[in-house]
Amino acid sequence: MRNNPQINQHGELNHLLTLEGLPREILLHILDTAASFVGVAEREVKKVPLLRGKAIFNLFFEPSTRTRTTFEIAAKRLSADVLNLNIGASSQSKGETVLDTVDNLSAMHADMFIVRHAQSGAAHLIAQHVAPHIHVINAGDGRHAHPTQGLLDMYTIRHYKPDFGGLRVAIVGDLMHSRVARSEIHALNILGTREVRVIAPKTLIPSGVEGLGVQVYHNMAAGLAGVDVVIMLRLQHERMKGAILPSAQEYFKYYGLTPEKLAFCSHDAIVMHPGPMNRGVEIDSSVADGAQSVILPQVTFGIAVRMAVMSILASSGS
Amino acid sequence: MKLVIKGGRLIDPKHGRDAVTDVYIASGKIAALGAAPAGFIAQRMIDATGLVVCPGFVDLSARLREPGLEYKATLESELEAAMAGGVTSLVCPPDTDPPLDEPGLVEMLKHRARSLNKARVFPLGALTQKLEGRELTEMAELSDAGCIGFSQADAALTDTMTLMRALQYAATFGFAVWLRPQDVFLSRHGVAHDGEVATRLGLPGIPSCAETVALSTILLLARETGARIHLCRLSTAAGIGMVRVAKEQGLAVTCDVGMHHVHLSESDIGFFDSNCRLVPPLRAEADRAAIRAGLADGTIDAVCSDHSPVDDDAKQVPFGEAEPGATGLELLLPLSLQWAREAHLPLDRALARITHEPARLLGIAGGELGVGSPADVCVFDPDAHWRVDRKSLYSQGKNTPFLGARMQGRVCCTLVDGHVVFDRPHGREARKQATT
Repeated sequence: MRNNPQINQHGELNHLLTLEGLPREILLHILDTAASFVGVAEREVKKVPLLRGKAIFNLFFEPSTRTRTTFEIAAKRLSADVLNLNIGASSQSKGETVLDTVDNLSAMHADMFIVRHAQSGAAHLIAQHVAPHIHVINAGDGRHAHPTQGLLDMYTIRHYKPDFGGLRVAIVGDLMHSRVARSEIHALNILGTREVRVIAPKTLIPSGVEGLGVQVYHNMAAGLAGVDVVIMLRLQHERMKGAILPSAQEYFKYYGLTPEKLAFCSHDAIVMHPGPMNRGVEIDSSVADGAQSVILPQVTFGIAVRMAVMSILASSGS
Repeated sequence: MKLVIKGGRLIDPKHGRDAVTDVYIASGKIAALGAAPAGFIAQRMIDATGLVVCPGFVDLSARLREPGLEYKATLESELEAAMAGGVTSLVCPPDTDPPLDEPGLVEMLKHRARSLNKARVFPLGALTQKLEGRELTEMAELSDAGCIGFSQADAALTDTMTLMRALQYAATFGFAVWLRPQDVFLSRHGVAHDGEVATRLGLPGIPSCAETVALSTILLLARETGARIHLCRLSTAAGIGMVRVAKEQGLAVTCDVGMHHVHLSESDIGFFDSNCRLVPPLRAEADRAAIRAGLADGTIDAVCSDHSPVDDDAKQVPFGEAEPGATGLELLLPLSLQWAREAHLPLDRALARITHEPARLLGIAGGELGVGSPADVCVFDPDAHWRVDRKSLYSQGKNTPFLGARMQGRVCCTLVDGHVVFDRPHGREARKQATT
């Protein structure tokens, strides 16, 4: 195995590309740093000067509003200069390669790239290519990883359920195509979660997923029994009907999280969702808006976690 | 031209020879072994002391990228690479641009290759026009033009009726049909072996059944039509098992594997190394073990380089967008030697898979050094250590998963038709100086 490309020779986090193989201390350091940023948003002046003068490029090869916005807010709260580039609409359609685009922006003295791309491994490719002083954050690459989402989910779980060693966590839905699920599975295992379960019909379970450290269930009653945390995954519209699933209705009936199915869980279980939600497909509104839902706090914590990642990367190698 | 190769360890798998033997060459053929024929006066002597002398290698798949894809590689560059790799005969698949579906294209390719005076080039003709899987090509005409068999390369042939007709037609003339078993639908969108590694990396998978489902169709149609089938680039344990059974039942099929699949598995993709994007995909460790077992027991007839030079631009992209393939002509020998060492196989048995066995299934002369056979010879230093880097490769394609790797065993000298067509500059001299 080649050297982990996101850790520099001093053992510091130089890029954030995936949570797989991330040392536990680094993961906890990010969560602890995020805790110190949670208060910033509640101040009258919602800014700290940690990244003043730094140029951060939001390099989105795939459309996104929510993730891009949270990164933008996080960067601005750290006093960085943020530039948003929706490449999907410009260079790519003109035939420019990913690395050409990156070289051009590097020449504009970028300090950090936040990258989203439809292809797995795109962030790795960019990280291996850029000059050593430039940091890369993977904001979602294909089906591979979405590490900041995974981190903010860990932050959220820790906020409500601090003892990972005693937790049963179930991830429900489209595991096959979900980069979020993969990042969560790695993080949960690094943090020593007692049990990580995945629940979905067989068409949505990728092969060999047990090797990532999960138990596979195909039935909600069995899979949710006694769990402390339920993470629902978004089902993309194009997958609701076809050769993977017959219909959104049938999916909701068997795998949608309703109050009845939530009752299989531990009585104080929390419900999470990376958003955006399809109400009535993977989750019932009464659960999404119910007392056990922590979906909105996830978003709030997300900004603090992204501030933490950016500030830690900016201080590495210096 | 009369020539003698003196003092080398002659390994000729076909004749079971492995001993220090002088090789006498005259008029492009092996004139004598051991003792010089009466009145033989060599015009040139090659000192092979400490080196191995073996038949030039016969590679069942090397893409030369001509016509049409010269930005990836040219006939000149790739035949030079073949010479540097000791490959004296090679089969090129028909997936050029345009595909080799007309006699004129084949004649032109053969003519260009001959005029370069390097490796012998044996083109495979397209099985269907434009490789589209609909209409048959003029197989008999293509055969007359020099095609050694017919193939779809990696293009789909989904219509099983067309496949059966193509096999029937080929069988009429006794032509061999070369097929790589892969179901189009089961491999759709896939870029890596469907398993834990692809799941971890989030890469769309190609399941093993994509190979076995197609393979069972091909084997059944082979029985039905009596066509002579050569199966290309098997990659799965299950597929190799099916071929083993078919051979035991007496079906006349032959098969090969790509050299990369003898050495690498899915985990070598590491962090999305696009040089490991291959067709078929690198599979699981158990598949790799089955490939080695199949080579050892003879289920698999030959190892080929599956040489596919790709330009840098097509590899410097995310894994799933990268063009598949790896350069391989110059690594065929050292990787075969490495396999022999790791599998504790005698050298002659390993070399058989890249010399005599592929020559036999092609039905061509060569792949042996018996008296009277063509003087296609490779002289190599089994102890030379070298590093694979961009500069050390003659091929225009620098795309290999072994970039940066240390290799043992290197070609010193290659002869085709009794002519020295490659003599590695300073190769032997440098080593001799280093060892003295």
